[in-house]
Amino acid sequence: MAFTLYSLIQAAVLCVNAVAVLHEERFLSKIGWGVDQSVGGFGDEPGVKAQMMNLVRSVRTVMRVPLIAVNSVCIVLLLLFG
Amino acid sequence: MTTCRVTSLTIFAKQRGRAGPPTVLFEDTSSGAPAMRTPGYNMAGPANEMQGDPAGNNLFTDPMANAAMMYGSSLANTGKDMVNKEFSRFVSVNKLKYFFAVDTRYVLKKLMILLFPYTHQDWEVRYHRDTPLTPRQDVNAPDLYIPTMAFITYILLTGMALGIQQRFSPEVLGLCASTALVWIIIEVLVMLLSLYLLTVHSDLSTFDLIAYSGYKYVGMIFTVLCGLLFGSDGYYVALAWSSCALMFFIVRSLKMKILPSISHDTMGTGPSNKPQFRLYITVATAVFQPIIIYWLTSHLVR
Repeated sequence: MAFTLYSLIQAAVLCVNAVAVLHEERFLSKIGWGVDQSVGGFGDEPGVKAQMMNLVRSVRTVMRVPLIAVNSVCIVLLLLFG
Repeated sequence: MTTCRVTSLTIFAKQRGRAGPPTVLFEDTSSGAPAMRTPGYNMAGPANEMQGDPAGNNLFTDPMANAAMMYGSSLANTGKDMVNKEFSRFVSVNKLKYFFAVDTRYVLKKLMILLFPYTHQDWEVRYHRDTPLTPRQDVNAPDLYIPTMAFITYILLTGMALGIQQRFSPEVLGLCASTALVWIIIEVLVMLLSLYLLTVHSDLSTFDLIAYSGYKYVGMIFTVLCGLLFGSDGYYVALAWSSCALMFFIVRSLKMKILPSISHDTMGTGPSNKPQFRLYITVATAVFQPIIIYWLTSHLVR
């Protein structure tokens, strides 16, 4: 399996896109991964599920705007160079 | 020297035009006390001197070369400062310097430990008032010198092995390098993700993880060398040996860093059994090493 750096970048962009499109109300709350369902008691270590929900939410918040730019660049490059 | 003169002539041509009549712009101490002119002289000084007395008592016999060198070095300094400032915004250079503070004795001992870790007794990373000791003083500290050198050596060895099999072309080197780099990045990301998800509060920084996952290249080099020298049997023997050694090394090293926080963690049991998961992380990392060694080297030895 030969990876080029470009394939790594492609895979990373696709994965981040996949995380960023998970909608809060329409999807995550329905399957019990909403923000309001992650409250653990204070002084209690958050479990795996809470950490993952935090991660998804923070990726969505942080990467929304840069993803627009990166996706546009990728689309233009793919159109131009195949 | 002539090129220096040419460049300095072009630089100071303007001043020459200005200082038509030789006006002394600063105190001429050439007749009196020797040597050290202050470094902050202005540019017209040497131009004057060029028309006037031949340089007697500068540091260099040629004042133009001296001035040109000063000018060039000040330019280079500003450039260097700018690059450093931009670079240190992304990567904290001090942390990086810690990982490259190695010496020969450390490298030799570490290589020995990587290939034969069974006799090493003390695996604790020693601290000195809360900061970990540099690799020069502590043989258990992770460093980035060995992984970097091993990575480059592995790429060169791949080229050589492929050349022996008549399958070499220059693109293959680049492909192999980027493949290995991508595997390192994937492994470090998976480790970071699992450490974050299971809220393991260890002091493993990203560079530590890069260092530990780069140590497998030493095993890979050893395996490929044995495969090239002794054929396919030697390859499998060396693969088994270096896999066991590397697994032992990784488990012993990471156990010290990941698992000790069990004893300090008295916050009550969370929904996940933490000691178990930490052990799983360590063992999974260790088991991943032989797999990747086999994956990345098997095509080199037939």
